[in-house]
Amino acid sequence: MNKICHSLGEAVADVPDGASIMIGGFGDAGVPFEAIDALIAQGAKELTIISNNAGTGDQGIAALIGLGRVRKIVCSFPRQADSKAFDERYLSGELTLELVPQGNLAERIRAAGAGIGAFFTPTGYGTLLAEGKETREIGGRNYVLEYPIAADYALIKADRADPLGNLVYRKTARNFGPVMATAAACTIAQVAEVVAVGDLDPEAVVTPGIFVKRVVAVKPDHPRA
Amino acid sequence: MSDVIQRLTRKQIAARIAADIPDGSYVNLGIGAPTEVANCLPSGITIILHTENGLLGMGPTPPPGAEDPDLINAGKQYVTANPGAAYFHHADSFAMMRGGHLDYCVLGAYQVSITGDLANWHTGAADAIPAVGGAMDLAIGAKSVFVMMDLLTKAGKSKLVSRCTSPLTGIGCVKRVYTDHAIFDITPQGTVARDLVPGLTFEALEKLCGVPLRRGT
Repeated sequence: MNKICHSLGEAVADVPDGASIMIGGFGDAGVPFEAIDALIAQGAKELTIISNNAGTGDQGIAALIGLGRVRKIVCSFPRQADSKAFDERYLSGELTLELVPQGNLAERIRAAGAGIGAFFTPTGYGTLLAEGKETREIGGRNYVLEYPIAADYALIKADRADPLGNLVYRKTARNFGPVMATAAACTIAQVAEVVAVGDLDPEAVVTPGIFVKRVVAVKPDHPRA
Repeated sequence: MSDVIQRLTRKQIAARIAADIPDGSYVNLGIGAPTEVANCLPSGITIILHTENGLLGMGPTPPPGAEDPDLINAGKQYVTANPGAAYFHHADSFAMMRGGHLDYCVLGAYQVSITGDLANWHTGAADAIPAVGGAMDLAIGAKSVFVMMDLLTKAGKSKLVSRCTSPLTGIGCVKRVYTDHAIFDITPQGTVARDLVPGLTFEALEKLCGVPLRRGT
């Protein structure tokens, strides 16, 4: 078994128009900028993007949005100081937003990866973001029914991988990577370094290789805004 | 002639909050003003700071040149990790909130109601671009939710209200409100105002707020 792809272009080559794609990262930490660049070059459009943020400046998700490739975004925190690409397309109505509280986003993704049909959460009860959703009182507390979020692809960034797809992450760049890896039909991990099978301590592996389809080594040199 | 009300500075409010957080607590400080609480924690005790993007044991801002793009806080600022820190993914991070494992969180607010409802994610303006982040998870998650805010808006309206008019973040979730005028405890018997700043009488505070208050000690 060898999940190593030689290039990000090869790794994203089969992404069709209309695909749903999870993209890891919180702020700039853990954002697979190079994988997003490869997706931009590949040309897929009408995409649904699931990510915490909607990109800033003219890089990453902001670049995808700016090029008109994104139909819908599911995220918790689109508005930022420099989220112009999102702001423009959202206000013009070209881009649909599903706003999800951050913990619900993580748990809905986790639920999809874990085969859970739906779950009741106290987060958001009684707020605009729970409008129209089923609720239930359990043990004297009010909960909202939330459904899983799965995707066709996940683009995530990790620190190291082996050819079996086992991953370890770096600091707060871990963020959504491990849950997204479980919830996509095809998880593509860009990593700073690929090591030999047996070189990752099994006690320290964060994402077991069963959740990862493709691994690409990427030099961590992407310019940051 | 009435005395001049000696309102607290943001730093003084933060110091009041810090003094009320006991040794051994796990604490999340919301983005914005609440981050100032970290700078006021007394030395010699252990308070473990949680940041929602996946770190327990968050340390101070790194010195210039030592910033690590992979080590940031919820406000996307560079931070450090203290000895004994732990990293984890988002589902675990929010399990720490939702599961009731955090002892305290300190949040900013647009409005707090006298029954503890919190509004802090959306101004309610029709053309506002919404963003919620972890606000709703924090509001219902921590064992004790403290709010840190100025009592009045710039236009002089009380942010402590009988009923929130801005969109809610959580219902009945706030335990205590620290302001530049006084501290308010939200209790089943009503909202208790205490530690009024010098120059402020209970009657004057009630008039400023326009909501029923109980006199604290």
